[in-house]
Amino acid sequence: MSGASAPRGAGLGLWVDAIRRDRKAAMGAVVLAVFAFVGLFGPMLVGDPQALVGIPLQPPTWHHLLGTTGQGQDVLAQLVVGTRISLAIGFGVGLVVVLIGALVGVTAGFYGGRVDGLLSLLFNVFLVIPGLPLAIVIAAYLPSGPMTLALVLIVTGWAWNARVLRAQTLSVRQRDFVAAAIVTGESDLRIITSEILPTMTSLLVAQVIGSTIYAIGAQVGLEFLGLGDVSTVTWGTNLYWAQNDSALLTGAWWTFAPTGLCVALVGFGLSMLNSGFDEITNPRLQLERAWRGHLERRGFKPTRSTPVVPE
Amino acid sequence: MRFLLRRLGFYLVAAWVALTLNFFLPRLMPGDPATALFARFRGRLAPEAMQALRETFGLTHAPLWSQYLTYLGHALRGDFGISVAYFPTPVVQVIGTGLMWTLFLAGSAVVVSFAIGTLLGVAAAWWRRGWVDALLPPALVFLGALPYFWLAMVALYVLGFTLGWFPLGHAYSDDLTPGFNLTFIADVATHAVLPVGSIVLATLGGWLLSMRNTMITVLGSDYVNLARAKGLHPARVVLRYAARNALLPSITSFGMALGFVLGGSLLTEIVFSYPGQGYVLVQAVRNQDYPLMQGIFLVITFAVLGANWLVDVVYLWLDPRIRDSAS
Repeated sequence: MSGASAPRGAGLGLWVDAIRRDRKAAMGAVVLAVFAFVGLFGPMLVGDPQALVGIPLQPPTWHHLLGTTGQGQDVLAQLVVGTRISLAIGFGVGLVVVLIGALVGVTAGFYGGRVDGLLSLLFNVFLVIPGLPLAIVIAAYLPSGPMTLALVLIVTGWAWNARVLRAQTLSVRQRDFVAAAIVTGESDLRIITSEILPTMTSLLVAQVIGSTIYAIGAQVGLEFLGLGDVSTVTWGTNLYWAQNDSALLTGAWWTFAPTGLCVALVGFGLSMLNSGFDEITNPRLQLERAWRGHLERRGFKPTRSTPVVPE
Repeated sequence: MRFLLRRLGFYLVAAWVALTLNFFLPRLMPGDPATALFARFRGRLAPEAMQALRETFGLTHAPLWSQYLTYLGHALRGDFGISVAYFPTPVVQVIGTGLMWTLFLAGSAVVVSFAIGTLLGVAAAWWRRGWVDALLPPALVFLGALPYFWLAMVALYVLGFTLGWFPLGHAYSDDLTPGFNLTFIADVATHAVLPVGSIVLATLGGWLLSMRNTMITVLGSDYVNLARAKGLHPARVVLRYAARNALLPSITSFGMALGFVLGGSLLTEIVFSYPGQGYVLVQAVRNQDYPLMQGIFLVITFAVLGANWLVDVVYLWLDPRIRDSAS
């Protein structure tokens, strides 16, 4: 509610405020800020990740804080340098995928009829075709590299967003304010961009976050299979080399454990931010919290009641 | 019945889209597909293998539509061409050997994860703000953010390599011959604990959260309040009244989850050298065995489509609203 009715200029400030108020969201934001910092400035602080700096498969020491890889490279340097490309692809794909999803989903939901039938068929088909095998086939035919990975992830990832946003558009379209806009003769484009989309801000943010988690995980998986460019340093190729040098069976946990933990931390930070947003922007949860506070102040024990959301 | 037929029609369209994508992908490669493809294999393949490859893809000088028809004809007869990595074994045969293991792994992982996750979701919604609800969701979200195969690597390292509780890989011990007896089944089960367990851990959070959120909505509805007001036993209210209805959205996403888990289990198999599709897939990627890769893509797609249709049948059986409107 707050995001939609607030004046434009205050939009960002409201979000920042909301993040600071919610403990979960604040925690997620801090984790992400650390990774963003590492991705931006980290590569300047560590040495060349490809340089052979020591004996292969050396456990962590003061000299090499996370040990060395099977080729004798510094694991920490590889981890830090890999952060940049992996996160760039993750966030880039997350944004593009939601843009395409919004374009298709809102069009389908707004126009209905045949347009809806055709577009719905399209995204439902893409949803039911398993993503990873399709991604593998496409990636195998294109020259390997970050752009190919991004393209593959976009092709396999947009459909879910389209489906969710279509459903949301369908329900918003039936509200009175949209009917009023149609009656006053506003153009379709204006109705979509300034009446319908602003009511979905929190949903769109949630979608970008969810898609980014997906993009990072899938990207690491594809590179682990050897479908990325194995000569670049990313989180996925680090794991690929760890598996290739049979790190597991030689007990070299330091070559694969830190990378996976970083992937998980980024995903965790994003989910925390997301659930925080949900608590902030979901009027149902908001009212419930207010109602509970109201009851507790009067010395009642709050029971499970359904708060009514005034429309 | 009409509902099931409509869904069947949809899956046929999806299968056709997959087949068509599969046909056009090699032709979208930069440059002339035939030359590009063969340039990669020059010197590595015997002329007869090249000829087989050419025929598989229908990369002849015939017009595109006739190539397409030839290809569809081959695919419908279950002929996906000849593998390059395992020349001259047909792709179907290479895939057939590992398919059952993959379906076993992914299938049992999805079922176990769905059952446990849904029950935990019910518990979290009922004892809301209790310790289940406070601790489990964030913990499982963290686990869910881990890549499947990485969780598998850690499980293998800690429980298999360091502690030695579980075997380090493969589907069954080398000294056993496959057969329908207790020793063999127990052996397969021990080998499946780590791969299935790591997938279950990674996917549990999704089921829990989806069930918890629907349960919270359903628990607030009037008919549940009435059931509670009548003084019915809480267990009866939760399980017979609320959970049954809250289950429906989870069932809908069950089919989609199957496809997702099948993909993820391919990677898990690689970590455990499990003899399923994942291992074959790695061979295909390393050797640039395009017919094999495309064959795996098609077979897995068809498996997922079939499973989705089965889920629809179950859904019809569970939801009387659809059953009544259909008849």
